[in-house]
Amino acid sequence: MAKQQPILKISNMKKHFNLGSGKILKAVDNFSIEINRGETFGLVGESGCGKSTAGRTIINLYDVTSGEVIFNGENVHQMKGKKLKEFNRNMQMVFQDPYASLNPRMTVGNIIAEGIDIHGLYSGAKRKEKVLELLRAVGLNDEHANRFPHEFSGGQRQRIGIARALAIEPQFIIADEPISALDVSVQAQVVNLFKRLQKERGLTYLFIAHDLAMVKHISDRIGVMYLGNLVEVTTSEDLYAKPLHPYTQSLLSAIPIPDPEVERTRERIILQGDVPSPLNPPSGCPFRTRCPQAMPQCAESMPPSKEVEPGHFVACHLY
Amino acid sequence: MSTNNNLLEVKDLKVSFRTYAGEVQAVRGVTFNLKKGEVLAIVGESGCGKSVTAQTLMRLIPTPPSYIKSGSVIFDGKKDITKLSNREMEKIRGSEMGMIFQDPMTSLNPTMKIGEQITEGLIKHQSLSKKAATERAIEILKLVGINSPEGRIHQYPHELSGGMRQRVMIAIALACSPKLLIADEPTTALDVTIQAQIIDLMKKISVETDSSIILITHDLGVVADMAQRVVVMYAGKIVEQGTVDEIFYNPEHPYTWGLLRSVPRLDTKADEELIPIPGTPPDLFAPPKGCAFAARCPYAMSICLEEDPEHTTLSDTHSSACWLLHPDAPKVERPVAAGGVHNG
Repeated sequence: MAKQQPILKISNMKKHFNLGSGKILKAVDNFSIEINRGETFGLVGESGCGKSTAGRTIINLYDVTSGEVIFNGENVHQMKGKKLKEFNRNMQMVFQDPYASLNPRMTVGNIIAEGIDIHGLYSGAKRKEKVLELLRAVGLNDEHANRFPHEFSGGQRQRIGIARALAIEPQFIIADEPISALDVSVQAQVVNLFKRLQKERGLTYLFIAHDLAMVKHISDRIGVMYLGNLVEVTTSEDLYAKPLHPYTQSLLSAIPIPDPEVERTRERIILQGDVPSPLNPPSGCPFRTRCPQAMPQCAESMPPSKEVEPGHFVACHLY
Repeated sequence: MSTNNNLLEVKDLKVSFRTYAGEVQAVRGVTFNLKKGEVLAIVGESGCGKSVTAQTLMRLIPTPPSYIKSGSVIFDGKKDITKLSNREMEKIRGSEMGMIFQDPMTSLNPTMKIGEQITEGLIKHQSLSKKAATERAIEILKLVGINSPEGRIHQYPHELSGGMRQRVMIAIALACSPKLLIADEPTTALDVTIQAQIIDLMKKISVETDSSIILITHDLGVVADMAQRVVVMYAGKIVEQGTVDEIFYNPEHPYTWGLLRSVPRLDTKADEELIPIPGTPPDLFAPPKGCAFAARCPYAMSICLEEDPEHTTLSDTHSSACWLLHPDAPKVERPVAAGGVHNG
């Protein structure tokens, strides 16, 4: 397979927050990935691992501390003026909380069309036509355009959020936990919608979530984060079939499978202790305090990310 | 089945809320038993009445706005919970029944040291001295896996992580060795690696203390891992109940099929499309006349819109309320195999 030009290339991205009195929170510390056009890249990790910060830094909601984010060949954090506006049009975000991310005082039609207005894409009848087309594309009706967000259920609101993100025809969508606030039966509706829209419009997704089963279902490749570091990146089949990093292994084994027979026979790796505070991370590898296979050298240096097999990257001293 | 083996017998329980907009029928006739030493899971979507059912068992929902319309809850073969006064309930709550809430961040008292929060119930219900209660608190904290509990009892909840707080909450619920433990989404707010620790702990406790657990959750993986029996609720009613094997390998209700098919599994191929349940649950201000699931059910027949189906007994432990089980109904091939693996 000829190597295609990645739509997004992130190298050594770091995002540190200065909390004052000399305290620095290293929310994202080692983060390098490439995302190809048309693929879905899943980013998983537990709360506080920096996955949302990574997403927000990529889309330029946060400035980057060091490293670079190259989108379509341009450095995202050095864009200005027209370039920046174009970038904002090409990359959009779907947020986690469908209750907090829609303006309660705007009609759904105006929420969806806000981006269209800002970028001056359509007006008048054309604008209305576009809004209705988007509503239909996400499985809502024409009449919904004149209603307000409070009249909708969680799943419907998430559809509105997706329609808003699609309105200005982006190439790339970052979805930050788009389904975790929804009920199980509704999650499947929204995930299928994401998949269908990708097929129809050739979108590229960065899908951030903590539900590994759902991420595996939707993603082509997956990155696993722990305490600000990307510890393993590979295809979603590989990640499940042969997880290499001890953290990935324990994460996979911690997820209960809805099958009583499997659960009765499965051996489970149960990690001891809690995730350390990112304000005071352990020296060396951040996972070593909970790692069942920790060695003396893990305390000394952070293992670099190594390509152990083609396309399978892992940051661990075992490899 | 002899009755004295049942810790809890819930019969035709109906709970409603009076609001300005009208009566919300949150629980609309629920009947189930809980055996001693058993882990029973209640599953369903948000708003299906699973939490209201559980909180009614402990009479935790204030009246008004809620009231028990009808039904009985016989606890330990003698007392009918629905008929007890508040004062009588206070004696049972915390001593014979314990509750573990979903959100460990908001359900502990932020102004009390965790030691005091555990000993509070021991001093009240078991009339222990402060010293004896503290010793017992340390013992329980050890049981729930908290290191150096002697120091921890002097800490406040904000000094602990989410998983630790959940352990403290379990310790409070366990303090007086209750016969019944109600766990309302005990791991939903936790990360998966911490969830695995807490599930492991709860399994150990149910074996070691021989207490019965009612587990309320929407996560079918947690159910498969912990429960022996499952009750599936929809729109305030039980649509199916059975052992875990019956529910996962032999489900008979289209709603249970829908639930099993809509979740992805880690150990299956990603290419399969998830099959969502279309639509949303009905409005409980005005529940539909027939089967509440009919509007979302792909197999709905005309009778489903007219009359609510009775429970059909499928085995000693398995029953399902669906017209498809009527002898005159057309035969439908079940669209799910074991644990939600798709058929065909």
